[in-house]
Amino acid sequence: MIIAVASGKGGTGKTTVAVNLAFVATPRPVQLLDCDVEEPNAHLFLGGQPAKKKEVSVMIPSVDEGKCSGCEECSNFCQFKALVVIGKTVLVFPELCHSCGGCRLVCPEQAITEVPRPIGVVETLQVRDDLTLIYGTLSIGVAMAPPLIREVKALASREVPLTIIDCPPGTSCPVVESVKGVDVILLVTEPTPFGLHDLTLAVDTIRTLGIPFGVVINKAGLNYSPLYDYLEKEKIPVLGEIPEDAAVAKAYAKGELPVYSVPGYRAKIEEIFRNLKAMVNGLEKM
Amino acid sequence: MGSETKEIVIISGKGGTGKTTFTAAFAVLAGKVVVADCDVDAADLHLLLNPKVLERHEFWSGHEAVIKEDLCSGCGVCQEFCRFKAIIQKNGKFVVDPFSCEGCGVCVRFCPENAIEFPERLCGEWMISQSRIGPMVHAKLLPTAENSGKLVAVVRKASQDLAKAHGIPLILVDGPPGIGCPVISSLTGAHAVVVIAEPTVSSEHDSERALNLARHFNIPAFFCVNKWDINPDGAERLEQMARNHGATILGRVSYNSAVVTALINGLTVFEMEGESFRLASREIKKVWNSLCEFIN
Repeated sequence: MIIAVASGKGGTGKTTVAVNLAFVATPRPVQLLDCDVEEPNAHLFLGGQPAKKKEVSVMIPSVDEGKCSGCEECSNFCQFKALVVIGKTVLVFPELCHSCGGCRLVCPEQAITEVPRPIGVVETLQVRDDLTLIYGTLSIGVAMAPPLIREVKALASREVPLTIIDCPPGTSCPVVESVKGVDVILLVTEPTPFGLHDLTLAVDTIRTLGIPFGVVINKAGLNYSPLYDYLEKEKIPVLGEIPEDAAVAKAYAKGELPVYSVPGYRAKIEEIFRNLKAMVNGLEKM
Repeated sequence: MGSETKEIVIISGKGGTGKTTFTAAFAVLAGKVVVADCDVDAADLHLLLNPKVLERHEFWSGHEAVIKEDLCSGCGVCQEFCRFKAIIQKNGKFVVDPFSCEGCGVCVRFCPENAIEFPERLCGEWMISQSRIGPMVHAKLLPTAENSGKLVAVVRKASQDLAKAHGIPLILVDGPPGIGCPVISSLTGAHAVVVIAEPTVSSEHDSERALNLARHFNIPAFFCVNKWDINPDGAERLEQMARNHGATILGRVSYNSAVVTALINGLTVFEMEGESFRLASREIKKVWNSLCEFIN
């Protein structure tokens, strides 16, 4: 089973839920993929042995000026304005390039080859015998996260029975890339107007993609009724509520795991996982 | 800095540290200001500023490949050429998975039957509004849409035009989380970046990357630790890190549930009555005043 943990709004507790879930969920072993490559955080909460490190590159065009006739076929073709021809010189803007390879294909002089451009790294951390973390880190100044997210997912093992994906915030391409192919999404929200509003955006996105999902209300306790009204009206399953607790906030601040340090927290996460499994089983029977 | 309109961008790296709360609070304190919500993925500022929409514009950007079933011979050239695995087979027919298509046009160009159309893609909308604080530009990306960076650029351009037209000296930009395309689009060419951090291991890691991004684009950076009292040692470390990255420290704000109470009322702390709101107001005002000292 592949579970994605997502939210819409940042800071609702995605990483906390994903990491703690990775310790209690079964069957084991579990692999945790941190797909928030712009700001990966899961590794900050996990010790363990660094096992592998891989530099990730995308392919961008390189123009042989000796062969280039300045015909502008490439720059006219490029949808992303990553090539500009000035006289007989082709300027390449790597940060705009999507690596589609189209410019190389359309060049009548065969003056374009593709060269690698590093965009970040993917690292593997053996946290415990039964828990592996794979996480990507996008280099500063690189705009496009999806190619690195694809690489994190490509390095995941197909043999491991349970995969948990920590997603980036938002609702656009990095989130879509992260949740592609997952069995179920766990949406983490908080009972505030911002939490609710961004939850509705995330729900719209997930419904567009057609992936089953349930909601976890984190930092619960604030009696913010519009959230509960929305969930009821939309018939969205609530998989559990994690109460607002200063002890959890303090553990999080220091990089500790509340499943081990905060009484009652582990039971909450176990309950959420049970409900998630029951929901998935129910869907399979339909 | 000259007399031209100044653009200040509020970012954080990690989400949920208080970007939007600070942007709204700064806007109330600034008075004459255009506010731009550049978190186009998950825009929230309108929940605090409750703007009246004056103009609504569609945001069309990029294209999307669509295979015309009646013209397709099933040769599979498109699938072979697509680097994004966007051409899939459904019931024996080739179709484009719109969630994977990046709109590069390679399949369109190389289809031997000319069977692939390439319509423009509607990605969202952007709005010019009037809030109780002043003019505001905001946007909404459609679910699963691409090109958030371009939409950010549209929002910024519209804010700059508004500021110029009304002679407003300041634009406050509420930035997106992360360090990727929409964040880069939010801060390139801006006058200053304010990084809002919180003393957690995640924010220590993420705000450092945000500061590195500001430095990468040579933009002066300012730094504020929110909720500093949940971890005073962490707050100290954060400020040391920020100084090492050449950022100017603006001050600290303590954890205060009054901020959420104000939010639920759709107001900033300055617009609420009571001691806890006054305390939060005082602290945020101090941060704002030190920012003004450097900007002016």
